[in-house]
Amino acid sequence: MKKTSSKLAIKSLQKSPSGIQGFDEITGGGLPTGRPTLVCGGAGCGKTLFGMEFLVRGATQFNEPGIFMSFEETTEELTKNVASLGFDLEYLVKNKKIALDYVRIERSEIEETGEYDLEGLFIRLAYAIDNIGAKRVVLDTIESLFAGLPNQLILRAELRRLFRWLKEKGVTAVITGERGDETFTRQGLEEYVSDCVIMLDHRVTEQTSTRRLRVVKYRGSTHGTNEYPFLIDENGFSVLPITSLGLNHIVSNKRISSGIPLLDKMLEGKGYYRGSTVLVSGTAGVGKTSIAAHFAEAACKRGERVLYFCFEESPNQLIRNMLSIGIKLEPWVRKGLLQFQATRPTFYGLEMHLAVTHKIVNAFKPDIVIMDPINTFVASEKEFEVKTMVMRIVDFLKSEQITTLFTSLTSGNSTLEDSDAGISSLIDTWLLLRDIELSGERNRGLYVLKSRGMANSNQIREFILTDHGVKLREAYIGSSGGLTGSARVAQEALENAEVLTHKHEIERKKREIERKRKALESKIAALQADFDSEESEVVKLIKTEQDMIKRLEQDKMEMAVSRKAAKEKNATGNLKNHDKK
Amino acid sequence: MMKKNKPKIKETPGKFEQPMPERNQGKYILRLYITGTTNRSIMAITNLKKICEEYLEGQYDLEVIDLYKNPNLAKGDQIIAAPTLIKKLPLPFRRIIGDMSNKEKVFLGLDLREVKEK
Repeated sequence: MKKTSSKLAIKSLQKSPSGIQGFDEITGGGLPTGRPTLVCGGAGCGKTLFGMEFLVRGATQFNEPGIFMSFEETTEELTKNVASLGFDLEYLVKNKKIALDYVRIERSEIEETGEYDLEGLFIRLAYAIDNIGAKRVVLDTIESLFAGLPNQLILRAELRRLFRWLKEKGVTAVITGERGDETFTRQGLEEYVSDCVIMLDHRVTEQTSTRRLRVVKYRGSTHGTNEYPFLIDENGFSVLPITSLGLNHIVSNKRISSGIPLLDKMLEGKGYYRGSTVLVSGTAGVGKTSIAAHFAEAACKRGERVLYFCFEESPNQLIRNMLSIGIKLEPWVRKGLLQFQATRPTFYGLEMHLAVTHKIVNAFKPDIVIMDPINTFVASEKEFEVKTMVMRIVDFLKSEQITTLFTSLTSGNSTLEDSDAGISSLIDTWLLLRDIELSGERNRGLYVLKSRGMANSNQIREFILTDHGVKLREAYIGSSGGLTGSARVAQEALENAEVLTHKHEIERKKREIERKRKALESKIAALQADFDSEESEVVKLIKTEQDMIKRLEQDKMEMAVSRKAAKEKNATGNLKNHDKK
Repeated sequence: MMKKNKPKIKETPGKFEQPMPERNQGKYILRLYITGTTNRSIMAITNLKKICEEYLEGQYDLEVIDLYKNPNLAKGDQIIAAPTLIKKLPLPFRRIIGDMSNKEKVFLGLDLREVKEK
């Protein structure tokens, strides 16, 4: 086992990490150890800095001391120049981590008098290397020799020897070279240094410049072949290995509120998916930023970190404007949960924007990123490039599980869906804001154009900006489609009136039945009274009849008495019966 | 050296002529950097010595330095090529590189035209 692993180690190319952000990812570990690497590019593209950062990072992070042999800048100039990047060369030199050597060649001083070699340079370099035990060497820009020494034959032979010698020394070297017209370098250095060639570029398109880096060649190793944008800022170099990302992000099932309750309701009542990409598009002044601000505020209230890129407004203006609709963002800024990043889209190229985004996101570690608006880039660049950039941003943010909200301004004369088609396929949830012109009014409507992975509402809802933020009205669907604004109010009034009349009708009916009941009751009462009077009459009649009977009986009795009959008993019995009745 | 001369001239403009003959009469201070005993090094030494003895007899101070033995000196004198002859004085400062086989170029480097004319 040990044998094979050691064999493999020998076989595979060893790499020295450059420590430059992103670069080691592209090259799969850095520059080839013990071999020279050619870094070429035009003036001002950052060759010297690349070399310097390679050395400084090597000295500070990987404990590999280095020599910087400069043919162009004096050591004082160098020290000053890189101090702006936070590299303290003086300190490193003092601690023998880095040695600087300025090689001055003055053409006017030199007189060639025959055969010579560059052994002086070799000795100088060897002395410096041995002095601090250097593992890394930078020669910046060795082509200056061509200007100082006229004899090219000797020079070329010596350069060939120099690079071989560097290899033998086992130092990892960076050789910089000015870019030529048709060759990588003006003097064709790529002929001698062929293990690894890196091209730096500084291109200006449409008045914005972008720095790009490309690994042209890397012998014995795989590497990313694309042009990668890079930037140089106060932290040195950083390269973006963005296109290396695939479509294998971790997917979250968690949902987060959009900050607008009714909008959440439209999205299954739960809001957006965490880590998804939301696009809010619409024409000017429909409230895209307000939706974004709501989302930001809601996230801050949950204690999440929000990074807000505003490309058209200054942060202060945005905070003020949002205050007018009742969204208070300033406290969150002060708490450090919300960070604004305001840059003009035309300030630098797309790649630079991408690079800056990367950097800031990596530094701030937000849960939510808002870009408002995304399509201002279209003005400055071609659509394809914008799409690739947005794709890179989306990919990057998705891989970081960051929920992203883009706003996009659609121009008035194009179809809403059309103008964003470029990036629509990248979007998970797409909210469309549109103005609905109806009966002399311009109202706002919102609907969910698409939302992956959820059963979203299909209604167009009216969208109102109040001083308590955005309000979505329950959709009002009349016979002639959704109604908005005063038309909705009118329709509502109409329906209210209708309801009222119905209510009145019910009341009326109720009253009528009551009346009927009362009439019936009074009838019943009258009948009762009739009946009562009749009854009493009848009772009276009965009584008189009975009295009549009594009198008849009595008369009979009296008759019998008079006739001396003994039927008294019967007569009394009959009377008793009558009483009972 | 230039810096030293400048104030002198300023202070005493009358003496302007003085440094010139002094300089011409002044010694040649030469320093030859070689790399061990390579052919070129030896060639350079012999060629240079020949020229010096012929044209600058008694007027020169030649120091031969082996870079292999004193590698630390290379940086200070900005040595790239070997062999390199440095003419420190008289001014202007010159570096004459190569094996000194091209006599005329060496003269050019040493500013020896006047001597030749004599």
